[in-house]
Amino acid sequence: MAGIDAVITDLHALEGLALEDSPLQRLDPRAKLLTTLLYIVCVVSFGRYELSALAPFAIFPVAMIAGGSLSLLPLLRRIVLLLPFPLMVGIFNPLIDREIMVQLGPLAISGGWISLASIFLRSLLTLGAALVLVSVTGFPAICAALERFRVPRVFVVQLLFLHRYLYVLAEEGGRMARAREFRSFGNRGMGIRPTTALLGTLLFRTWDRAGRIHHAMLCRGFRGEFPVRRTFRFGLRELLFTAGWSVLFLMLRMGNLSRIVGGLIMEVVR
Amino acid sequence: MSHHIVEVKGLSHVYPDGTHALRDVSFRITHGESVALIGANGAGKSTLLLHLNGYLVPTQGEVRVGDLPVTRTTLNEIRRSVGMVFQNPDDQLFMPTVFDDVAFGPLNLGLPPEEAERRVAQALEQVDALPLRGKPPYRLSAGEKKRVAIAAVLAMSPDILVMDEPTDGLDPFARRTLIGLLKEFRHTRIITSHDLDMVLELCQRAIVLHEGRVMADGPVLDIFRDEALLAACRLEPPLSMQGCPVCGGQGR
Repeated sequence: MAGIDAVITDLHALEGLALEDSPLQRLDPRAKLLTTLLYIVCVVSFGRYELSALAPFAIFPVAMIAGGSLSLLPLLRRIVLLLPFPLMVGIFNPLIDREIMVQLGPLAISGGWISLASIFLRSLLTLGAALVLVSVTGFPAICAALERFRVPRVFVVQLLFLHRYLYVLAEEGGRMARAREFRSFGNRGMGIRPTTALLGTLLFRTWDRAGRIHHAMLCRGFRGEFPVRRTFRFGLRELLFTAGWSVLFLMLRMGNLSRIVGGLIMEVVR
Repeated sequence: MSHHIVEVKGLSHVYPDGTHALRDVSFRITHGESVALIGANGAGKSTLLLHLNGYLVPTQGEVRVGDLPVTRTTLNEIRRSVGMVFQNPDDQLFMPTVFDDVAFGPLNLGLPPEEAERRVAQALEQVDALPLRGKPPYRLSAGEKKRVAIAAVLAMSPDILVMDEPTDGLDPFARRTLIGLLKEFRHTRIITSHDLDMVLELCQRAIVLHEGRVMADGPVLDIFRDEALLAACRLEPPLSMQGCPVCGGQGR
């Protein structure tokens, strides 16, 4: 199935970027992780009807995309893929919360629609920031940073295994789906029953493969921790990066930049 | 004390489903020997390999590497000493870059990062893969993956190299390159393969397994000339020892 192959290629492409060498990629992962976490906390901490104050927060992902020379389109594709999950949370808001909050001429907008839009915007921003973080840092480096922040090793290793299992699952699933497609004609062979059988087999296959990979790791002395070759250095650049962004996030969180700018424009116009 | 000796005594293995994979297997491989383990599919080769570094525990019998029995308490020492190269390099390579992957073993051994990096560079140099160090393993060709998988094991400075089907899936040129590389190694080598021409070039001794038993153990040429034995074990002489199908000329 071309779909699964495309997903694997996408996954590889996403993480491949982390191997490139740019000032942003070279930055200590702890700085990027900390900054992104603060960013996410600031974005989600707004009230549920907030829209205008969220908009200026787009500057962080946009700056990271520009600084890390990431291409926008594949990133947007991944966000679109993930958006339905957070949107499920707010999908019924327009039905429940019908109180009119904004009147734009003849158009009345209820609180439900505004909160749904707010959820949408927040998801866009936080997912974008998280994906950009993985792109410019790489998943293993993020895990190493978590470990430096004294997150228990068991969790970190679990995360790394989960990340590795994702590839195993996608690769094995891709192979099986391709094999099925080649021997299915029309709708025959593509129904629900072969699919359930396929999923069952997929579990066992990935199980076996994970066993082999684990064996290979044991052969090379794996004892429950991933060694990190990179030397971590939280230097001046990291300090400036973290402090600079943090100050900006807090300022944007405290004051509504959109409203201030809007007010200024209105003053000038008047 | 030599770590380079592998001794298997009366080894039997029964899988939980009742399959007798190995029955009373015994042999001794000494320092610097290059030995082929050959046999049909399902003869027990892979099960045997999994005992050599303690992944499987014998149902009966014993495996010794150097002066140490393979047991739970000696596993770390055994796994440093016995380097295992897997049949499918995709199972073996799991780190984001070639360099990180090759460094995985040395860092796990507790070497300081500079020493680990030196070893990685040396191992990659040895298999002629140094230019690949920054690449992610999934971008490599099959031949490159195989060489990197070997480097990953070499970086741990093993005394014994165990290789499962090293030439499997390689094109003729990559196969030739790999054989040339393996010829240069001075480790004790244990190789399983169906590529008997490669065995002929690389190994002085062959152990033939059939249905979990050792059917023969001796010089490679003697075994490959014994057509009755080969046929009984579902094997054939290497192509280079068979007659030419075009001109009718005899092989070696």
